[in-house]
Amino acid sequence: MSGVRVLVGTRKGAFLLTSDGKRERWDVSGPHFAGWEIYHLKGSPADPSRLYASQTSGWFGQLVQRSNDGGKSWEPVGNQFTYEGVPGTHQYYDGTARPWAFKRVWHMEPSLTDPDTVHAGVEDAAIFRTTDGGTSWQELPGLRGHGSGSLWQPGAGGLCLHTILLHPTNPQRMFIAISAAGAFRTDDGGASWKAINQGLRSEGIPDPKAEVGHCVHRIAMHPSRPDVLFMQKHWDVMRSDDAGESWHEVSGNLPTDFGFAIDVHAHEPETIYVVPIKSDSEHFPLDGKLRVYRSRTGGNEWQELSKGLPERDCYVNVLRDAMAVDSLDACGIYFGTTGGQVYASSDGGDSWNAIVRDLPPVLSVEVQTLGSK
Amino acid sequence: MIRVALPAHLRTLAKVTGEVSLEVPAPVTVSSALDALEARYPMLRGTIRDHVTKVRRPFVRFFACNEDLSHDPVDTPLPDAVVSGTEPLMVVGAMAGG
Repeated sequence: MSGVRVLVGTRKGAFLLTSDGKRERWDVSGPHFAGWEIYHLKGSPADPSRLYASQTSGWFGQLVQRSNDGGKSWEPVGNQFTYEGVPGTHQYYDGTARPWAFKRVWHMEPSLTDPDTVHAGVEDAAIFRTTDGGTSWQELPGLRGHGSGSLWQPGAGGLCLHTILLHPTNPQRMFIAISAAGAFRTDDGGASWKAINQGLRSEGIPDPKAEVGHCVHRIAMHPSRPDVLFMQKHWDVMRSDDAGESWHEVSGNLPTDFGFAIDVHAHEPETIYVVPIKSDSEHFPLDGKLRVYRSRTGGNEWQELSKGLPERDCYVNVLRDAMAVDSLDACGIYFGTTGGQVYASSDGGDSWNAIVRDLPPVLSVEVQTLGSK
Repeated sequence: MIRVALPAHLRTLAKVTGEVSLEVPAPVTVSSALDALEARYPMLRGTIRDHVTKVRRPFVRFFACNEDLSHDPVDTPLPDAVVSGTEPLMVVGAMAGG
């Protein structure tokens, strides 16, 4: 029997939404960690019962929670994230130097093969790894030690490492993205990193084509074609066909190419989804109409998807980690809003339903496809 | 035994209800009280003070006997009423809405 578990991180706790393979009726569990910000939670591909959650608070700092039973019970594990060596400085918003200081974990990416190994993307931007199920965390300092580190500056949400993409077969290769530094790739398991921002163009930085300084909001990849990357940048939807060596714009006919979330269909590597947001100064949909846009051509040609989504008076946002897909035969697409709705489509985006609609503001959405198809 | 009152979120995390009682070796200070608290409830490490520097988190305060002790040196002996268990050491989340 197949099923789906949707892991929702919100401003005030975590929620688990479960359904069978039909995805018509949903059970809601939560709030877990009520009152805490849950920036992200994700399950291990190697053991779907193993979940990790980033639990944070402006008062009490960072916790990491682990579940070994699919979210029925949780235990706090290690929460010490200490930068290697002398941290040095990065740039603040005004260009002055600020010491690196840990603030929170934005994203947790469990290994594809080992439930005890997880990479964590943190603010101020750095990547940490655990190999003991979250008990201890070690920085991979080669990223922050990239020669450009002192030039990185925060986006509006902070200097956050928010995206970690694992190569499906080569454990030495990973892609990460930082707001507002850009995208980086390692080919040696995280020891050294290369900035992969050629082709990006960003207004608002002194050199629009600089090696670093780009506000990359999200990167997505289909595991069958790991050299093809899709990016929602601050403005512009971009594509790379050479593992990030170069990027070209595929915004095409989008009504606005600002946005945060981007994802790829589970079975169609050229089918991608974005949620256009009006602008960087108005973080809500155009004309109060919530729309997903789908391209079946890997970009440039986009189709508006509106069936079941609000037609008017909708002024929510969809954040960068708040879209995910399942891998059932009819691929399901899910996204959460800052208004507390989680929308789902079980037909590749043709139609949508709110499977829950009054949660706290949604920070992240992940999906686990469970059982046999 | 001293009494320590924790804010609601930390009581939930530590799986306790009400105040906790701790045996703290003399001299009883904020520092030694937190050492004992974290030894008994290791899940609280990092939530009140930094793991490494032991600096109080900015939105956490320490009150006792109607006084704000947050800015006293952490090795200052706590009031006798706290040491005797008559009054609790209160770990408080700053009032900041949310």
